Amino acid sequence: MSEELKPVEIIDSPVYMNYSFAAGRATSNFLRSIKEGKLVGQRSSITGKVIVPPRGSDAETGTPTFEEVELPDTATVIMFTVVYIPIPNSKVQPPFIVANMVLDNSDQTFIHLVSGCKNEDVKIGTRVKAVWRDKSEWAYSFNNIEYFQPIAGEAPVDIDALRAKRLKEVEAFKHA
Amino acid sequence: MANSPASAQHDDDVLRDGFELGFTYTRSVGPVIGAFLTGLRDGKIVGIKGSNGKVICPPTEYDPQTSEELSEIVNLPSTGTVKTWSWISQPHKKHILTQPFAWALIQIDGADTSLLHKVDAGSEANMKTGMKVKVRWADDRRGFITDIACFEPA
Amino acid sequence: MREVAIIAYHQTPMVRDAGAKNDVELVMEAVHGAKAQVGFKNTDIDFTCSGSCDYLGGAAFAFVGALDALGAVPPISESHVEMDAAWALYEAWIKIQTGHFDTALIYGFGKSSHGPMHEVLALQLDPYYTQPLWPDQISMAGLQARAMMDAGKLTEKQMAEVVAKSRKNAKANPNAQLKGDYTVEQLLAEPMLSSPLRKHDCPPITDGASALIIATREVAERVLAGTGKRPVYITGIDHRIESHQLGTRDLTSSMSTRIAGEQAGVSKGKVDIAELHAPFSHQEILLKEALGLDNSTVINPSGGPLAGNIFMSAGLDRIGAVATRIMNGEANRGVAHATSGACLQQNLVAVLEGK
Repeated sequence: MSEELKPVEIIDSPVYMNYSFAAGRATSNFLRSIKEGKLVGQRSSITGKVIVPPRGSDAETGTPTFEEVELPDTATVIMFTVVYIPIPNSKVQPPFIVANMVLDNSDQTFIHLVSGCKNEDVKIGTRVKAVWRDKSEWAYSFNNIEYFQPIAGEAPVDIDALRAKRLKEVEAFKHA
Repeated sequence: MANSPASAQHDDDVLRDGFELGFTYTRSVGPVIGAFLTGLRDGKIVGIKGSNGKVICPPTEYDPQTSEELSEIVNLPSTGTVKTWSWISQPHKKHILTQPFAWALIQIDGADTSLLHKVDAGSEANMKTGMKVKVRWADDRRGFITDIACFEPA
Repeated sequence: MREVAIIAYHQTPMVRDAGAKNDVELVMEAVHGAKAQVGFKNTDIDFTCSGSCDYLGGAAFAFVGALDALGAVPPISESHVEMDAAWALYEAWIKIQTGHFDTALIYGFGKSSHGPMHEVLALQLDPYYTQPLWPDQISMAGLQARAMMDAGKLTEKQMAEVVAKSRKNAKANPNAQLKGDYTVEQLLAEPMLSSPLRKHDCPPITDGASALIIATREVAERVLAGTGKRPVYITGIDHRIESHQLGTRDLTSSMSTRIAGEQAGVSKGKVDIAELHAPFSHQEILLKEALGLDNSTVINPSGGPLAGNIFMSAGLDRIGAVATRIMNGEANRGVAHATSGACLQQNLVAVLEGK
């Protein structure tokens, strides 16, 4: 039989493993809140900055964070990209927009989809609001927000000015 | 990475979720490991001659002592001797064998090093260091270490 | 050679499941604890190096996430080894030898409760001949224990004695996971887990993290002046590795440990204490022989890895455990050993001295 068969040159050796992931307290609280349709971040006691989604630490100073802060579901686009590759098992059709955004009253960006508009209408500084899935679908997941949609009637903001304003607010909070 | 979320559950106010991690690796095996795996597919065991003339099985591309590159493949029988072993009373699903078995280092006859594999001996009482074993070939062979289903007492 | 000393060490409690605490929170506890001992701020640390295993949490580059524990703003000089953090210490020691750095923070962490340990550890094996069979670490250690027994180098009673001593010593270690008084007879009456190993011959599955700070003599003397603690100098350190192929090794001895011990200078003076990273009871006996230690040396006074085994930090913990005792004046000269891989494949030996 070996005469007809070629020598073995490549093998398939897939590896599959099953894990049980524990989210940690900060992330658990965030996920429990988002299941109720609320966005909850954490404020650093050192810098006063608000981190969302929270992981229990302020990465800037390496210190634990405890104070929880409820945040609105409105945000500003800081950066974005137009994606031409489909997401497997998703009804989102390319080209679509993935944006790095910062929620109002917070200081750390996160990544989500921006949709419900023409792609050409999304700019750096575009103001957006969360579009939530139907309440019956809410789980312990950031995907409870289907995407963020530009807010009609709000002009794009200057993100440098936004950052400066926010830093001033953080300073004021620190000294309060 | 595959991610298949299970339902989250409360436990000490921390959320937990199961997920499966998958790496769909394919590997190039090269001429030496390739010769061994080709042999398995064809129902044969091969080794390789080391710097000092000793035979290494499973074959390595290098001599473990001198690190000299090796190339002289030698044919070996599909019988050997158990050098050491440990007993698994409860196999898990990745072990393929469902009945209790032994892990063993098996020195193939004519080789000077050992191969790690399973021995299906029925019960721990049948296992003994120094016992003779032979290959039980898998029904479907593709050039993989599991082409040896296991060893069994000879 | 620049003289390099350990000046601080902190370990979180070793527990079966740290539950609420994620990797970052565990690392924060360890790093803050070590920094607080010497009053260090981030600006006092020239270089940071960590050891961990991404497969443990099941996320590629998981170690990058642990940086959230450090306060890496502005950016810090940092490195990582996918190995026990004892090897991170080795890298940091080398960095200080280059003359570019005077201080270093080393940390290791492992949250083993996330994943299937027996499968995670199979992934460090050769991926052609061995890993696809999914042998677990316990069974492979069992092969080694039986080989030692067959060679007349080990008895079940000796293994039980190691376990009894470990758990007794661990009674004085507040961080230990397994501790208590057990007789050899009690232990030998337990059933086999993977014959010839019983459950107590194997390390517990542990969640935790540890951190350690090293510095040049000049910094160490300045920082510890007036604290009642003395710098613990690393007077020798070396690591060696053996073949990936289990069947080409002599499992009844540890050549790599012997050579590393000789290179580190273990026999150049009396060894008061030794902390040996022997996750399995028989390995303590094997390592003791490889390092040429006799009964005048107290082995694993902390309880060792059988009393708590933070995967990827248990080796660093051996160094920390020896250093703590020397720092406090309970010992003058000690040996710390760390291991990695199946059946003691790779071994690091450090000689620590108070001067």
